Amino acid sequence: MIQEVLFETDALPYRQKIPVYGFRFGGEEKTIAIMGAMRGDEFQQMYICAKLVRRLKELEEKGVISNRYGIQVIPTASQFSMNVGKRFWPVDNTDINRMFPGYDEGETTQRLAANIFKVLRGHRYGIQLASFYIPGEFLPHVRLMNTGYTKPDDGYLFGLPYLVMRTPKPYDTTTLNYNWQVFETDAFSVYTKATDKLDEESAKIAVESILRFMEKKNILKQADMGDGADTAFIPENEMSNIQTSTSGLFRPRAKAGDMINENDEIAEIICPYTAEVKEVIKAQCSGRVFFVRHAEAIMEHDLVYRIVPGQSDDI
Amino acid sequence: MIKDVVSLGLPVGEELIIRKNSIKGTGKDNGKRICIVTGTHGDELEGQYVTWKLNRILKKNIDKLHGTVDIYPANNPLGISTIYRGIPGYDLDMNRMFPGNAHTTEFDYVVKRIYEDICGADLCVDIHASNIFLREIPQIRINEISTEVLIPFAKTMNMDFVWIHSSATVLQSTLAYSLNEAGTPTLVVEMGVGMRITQDYGNQLIDGLLATMKKMGMWEGEEAPTKPPIISTDGHVGFVNADSSGLFLPYIKHGKRVRKKELIGAVVDPLDGAVKEELESPINGFVFTLREYPVVYDGSLIARVLGGSNNDTGSTF
Repeated sequence: MIQEVLFETDALPYRQKIPVYGFRFGGEEKTIAIMGAMRGDEFQQMYICAKLVRRLKELEEKGVISNRYGIQVIPTASQFSMNVGKRFWPVDNTDINRMFPGYDEGETTQRLAANIFKVLRGHRYGIQLASFYIPGEFLPHVRLMNTGYTKPDDGYLFGLPYLVMRTPKPYDTTTLNYNWQVFETDAFSVYTKATDKLDEESAKIAVESILRFMEKKNILKQADMGDGADTAFIPENEMSNIQTSTSGLFRPRAKAGDMINENDEIAEIICPYTAEVKEVIKAQCSGRVFFVRHAEAIMEHDLVYRIVPGQSDDI
Repeated sequence: MIKDVVSLGLPVGEELIIRKNSIKGTGKDNGKRICIVTGTHGDELEGQYVTWKLNRILKKNIDKLHGTVDIYPANNPLGISTIYRGIPGYDLDMNRMFPGNAHTTEFDYVVKRIYEDICGADLCVDIHASNIFLREIPQIRINEISTEVLIPFAKTMNMDFVWIHSSATVLQSTLAYSLNEAGTPTLVVEMGVGMRITQDYGNQLIDGLLATMKKMGMWEGEEAPTKPPIISTDGHVGFVNADSSGLFLPYIKHGKRVRKKELIGAVVDPLDGAVKEELESPINGFVFTLREYPVVYDGSLIARVLGGSNNDTGSTF
């Protein structure tokens, strides 16, 4: 393992210079890169990378990592935000993951993105530990952006329960995932159920899925990662979104992963003053709960559930 | 008449309501509608003055108005009421969510309703005020793909210059891009600085709005003299960014002419008294953007200099 300072952000005189560390394993070829936190609340994403570094170090000592293929892991590029409890770049509230491919003569987060992309560009495979902008719990899944360069079949190699295909929106074109693909890296985003809290179980699932992918691609030799879960493919726009029709305290009943039937009562909205039930939220279709919103109190018309439609336990 | 554009229940005992004042003239109705929109970013207040004063002028001269003026003073009332640029609680930039979506989140739904309410107007003017970091002279920004439709409107708006910029993909989620794409001509005004009101700039824009309405046959009231703008493209704009972190001290005034290599200011270190760097203008021109907020980091935008003109109005500098 080689630990190196990839670049530093000059934050003097108010903060000390802020280093971004990379951890390299294996050979010289730029084979696979894993990017962790780029936002200040992505502690789970940083944790997954940290656990991955630890596992790779053990595997390297056992001689399991190919001498030819190179692995680069960047646990975080957002410690400037993490250390002050902010989600985005604290000065101007810009999002590093909306600045790719970056611009090295531009503004601060454009320069940061350019520095990150200088390291990450050119790898054959790229994996980003990503988070969703709405707080909530996901089922672990791999997400692909349908850019025209996408190779969906490789998404099955992670052995995660779901492979979700997203049709990019205009703002997606400045994300790391999209730009990786434009610059000929096969890019995947791995989502686990947590962001700002450390979730041991889903962190383990994520680490194993990334190691499994490496093994399937011969970057690891005989790591005994197995095949993982049977992966169901689902286009994002085929999921059923459930929204509230009133506001108040949110009391979910169905959890991520539950199988539910159409018209099942899956949540309640409670009056914050009298505790009377204002709305009983019912499933609009049968299927498996893919996403549950995390919120104690909620607005009218808010997204609270996403359901993968279907009848059988295979979904 | 004050109308609700969209209302949604907030979690605890309040409603989020986006309102507009729909002012229909008593003069002969020519069927036209202009929308004046502001307050999408909660820390931008320059448009608040413009909408307040325009309301008063129209109310006093309602018989001279032909058609309808819809005034939307606060697209993001939660942001304005909490001195927050984005949507409080979500860290979302509302002007990166258009045209919205009825089937995802509540704020996607809000922006969709605003967008639909404005769609079909003969002109929309979306007033912004830079942010707290930069001060801007009064200007209109136009995406290059909308130039042909928008330049005739922009020329009468009494702004100092019109910046025709390239069609960056991130701009595709703005209110202006979405409306222009849907066939509703929309101008973006940038002027002043965040969290402050520059009344002179606001008055200048109001004169331009009335002149434009007159040209559209919507206004026969008094009209102040207006001036044509300089019209420029990206190729004529020079950027100055800090290459170190510290405290920025300007050497020049905003809106002034500079020569190539003339010093614009310095980044200094309050800890040891050092001058970390002095920043030069990359071109001859005038400084239309200047850093207002003194603390800077490596990469912070310090100034933009307009260094050329391809205008066809005869206006030069």
